[in-house]
Amino acid sequence: MELSGSEIIIRFLKDEGVEHLFGYPGGAVLHIYDALHKQDTVKHILVRHEQGATHAADGYARATGKPGVCLVTSGPGATNAITGIATAYMDSIPLIVITGQVPSHAIGSDAFQEVDAVGVSRPCVKHNFLVKDLNKLAETLKKAFYVATTGRPGPVVVDIPKDITAPHIKIPYEYPKLISMRSYNPNVNGHPKQIKRAVELLLSAKRPIIYSGGGVILDGASEQLRDFVRHLGYPITQTLMGLGAFPGTDPQFIGMLGMHGTYEANMAMHDCDVLIAIGARFDDRITGVTSKFCPYAQIIHIDIDPASISKTINVDIPIVGGAKQVLTQMLKILVDSDQPVDKSATQDWWNKIKFWQKQKSFAYEKKDGVIQPQTAIEELYKVTGGDAYITSDVGQHQMYAAQFYPFDEPRRWINSGGLGTMGFGLPAAMGVKLAFPDKDVACVTGEGSIQMCIQELSTCLQYDTPVKIINLNNRYLGMVRQWQEFFYEKRYSHVYMDSLPDFVKLAEAYGHVGIKVEDPNDLHDAMKQAFALKDRTVFLDIITDREANVYPMISSGKAHNEMDISPLQQKIQATLKSKGEIA
Amino acid sequence: MRHIVSLLVENEAGALSRISGLFSARGYNIESLTVATTEDQTLSRMTIITTGSDRIIEQITKQLNKLVDVVKLQDFTEGNFIEREMMFVKVKAQGEGQRAEVKRLSDIFRARIIDVTDTTFCIELTGSGSKLDAYIRAMHENNIIEVVRSGSMGILRGEKALTI
Repeated sequence: MELSGSEIIIRFLKDEGVEHLFGYPGGAVLHIYDALHKQDTVKHILVRHEQGATHAADGYARATGKPGVCLVTSGPGATNAITGIATAYMDSIPLIVITGQVPSHAIGSDAFQEVDAVGVSRPCVKHNFLVKDLNKLAETLKKAFYVATTGRPGPVVVDIPKDITAPHIKIPYEYPKLISMRSYNPNVNGHPKQIKRAVELLLSAKRPIIYSGGGVILDGASEQLRDFVRHLGYPITQTLMGLGAFPGTDPQFIGMLGMHGTYEANMAMHDCDVLIAIGARFDDRITGVTSKFCPYAQIIHIDIDPASISKTINVDIPIVGGAKQVLTQMLKILVDSDQPVDKSATQDWWNKIKFWQKQKSFAYEKKDGVIQPQTAIEELYKVTGGDAYITSDVGQHQMYAAQFYPFDEPRRWINSGGLGTMGFGLPAAMGVKLAFPDKDVACVTGEGSIQMCIQELSTCLQYDTPVKIINLNNRYLGMVRQWQEFFYEKRYSHVYMDSLPDFVKLAEAYGHVGIKVEDPNDLHDAMKQAFALKDRTVFLDIITDREANVYPMISSGKAHNEMDISPLQQKIQATLKSKGEIA
Repeated sequence: MRHIVSLLVENEAGALSRISGLFSARGYNIESLTVATTEDQTLSRMTIITTGSDRIIEQITKQLNKLVDVVKLQDFTEGNFIEREMMFVKVKAQGEGQRAEVKRLSDIFRARIIDVTDTTFCIELTGSGSKLDAYIRAMHENNIIEVVRSGSMGILRGEKALTI
């Protein structure tokens, strides 16, 4: 079969099983778009900004476990995609971004729409390629998919000069099924000796805690994690990226940890004697100040990326391997062992955790006539039966969603954890809805974040992706305001979202439904109405308490047991003290 | 502590910038970096001299290994290895006294004079970094016109080798 470069790209995507291609045309990719026009297997989604393409492909990848694929033009097309590429990089999401490039002979001449895409993307990709030879195009694309989806996944950019895609130059094409790269061989099996040592340490624990992260979800290891945690009967906490791997409503789950984690999870981290980290990277939002991190603990760390081990926190038993494989190996040792897990050994520890839980660190005070942001998320949970795909933007609303919407399944909670990219939520929701048209998909956002990629409302209409936008509108850049309240004596510098648009009219202008809610009594019905409109994109503009804060909070330089707690938790603590339950 | 790390890298465009970019992005030190292709045209051999605590060095080697273009890597520091650096020095050499002095000093260091004019000598010298430093110190500072150093290269002693 003789194909042109453009035809090879499209044919390869088809052979690779790619169903959706998120992109935006331009001069350098015109040949590819022409090839795209001549087939209907690979569905192209025309976004309104290249950042939207990368986030949509990213959301698609997070929800499905399949790689997300984008096609953008050279120059501004490539640079607009960078934020989305960096977002995927920080959260280890498999993404393939094909960027057009000016013709080979023009490279380096400051040609129209020329940018060094390989150079610009280098610090935020797992790897990137510049295709210089048409004969290597298919092989390079295969390498890109292989590198993006194996080991610790990540985004890969393939930069293709326009002459490589010329329609009149045809070469034989065959789908490259197997690829081997001498310089890239990720290891998935954990070292058996290390695993044995880890199991022995775990069984000797009096105050154990399991801390799991996004790696478990990426590796499809939720089932293995569940079996492992239930077999041991130990408490588990999960990172923002790990939510859903272990069910959020299970009593063994003691909540998210870190900067805005539960009181009990953070206290348990501080007091534990054995910590096992699975597919988590000891991010600074998790550890608090590293010098006071888990002072009494021996630490086991399972990670597919050797560079993540002992990067910020020194560990005692490192295990390099995939979460799924290593958990299977560990569980086998546990099950085959004649020694059953002694549940009584951790009884005191569980009692301590239950006592911390009694303090209800997420409790918040309600005010007459004002919607609390937490209530909005609780309503969202009720109305969707806890079964929706929830994407989010970045800020207070993101933390509220993580805190108040317990996820029982992996890949349901989709947010930009590492890079913290405002504008991620809406395009990501679009990507998820394309993958799962029959499921409820909601984007929890704020009036700041939503405006960063609001143009994608137009794409939602064109491709019929009826997502629900849950806009927690407090007329502030809430998280920045909270920090200014706590650390800058309430000098609210440039966080007031003045002259906001009328979001209802805006939604309507894009051809969608807009609903504004101000009264707490209307919230439930409005939420129900939004989800009842199955085939419409609904923008729910929820006017919330202006100065609500996210609690608990570990400020910078503080340890897990030095959280700022909410005024309500302080009251609960005082009551417990008066009853003699706290010394 | 000073470390000497030797790498085999895919001889591809951009491989060098990935490596130097890694050092600048993560705030690691590079004292010197040398690179050239090997007998196998698809591979480049690189020697990096870097400094840092054990923890930083561990991260450097792990992060380098993570780069898709890096085929193999070894930190020679703890092992038995040979390290050499090459230097060109152009010095003023005017009048009998000064010319004789430069020649004498170069003989002591087993350096070679590789270019001569009425007023200058160009000298080639190979050795450890400290030997090159010593030569520069011995040569009167005012006499030096320019110095070109290659950066260190390393190779393991004995039968051990960094190959694929």
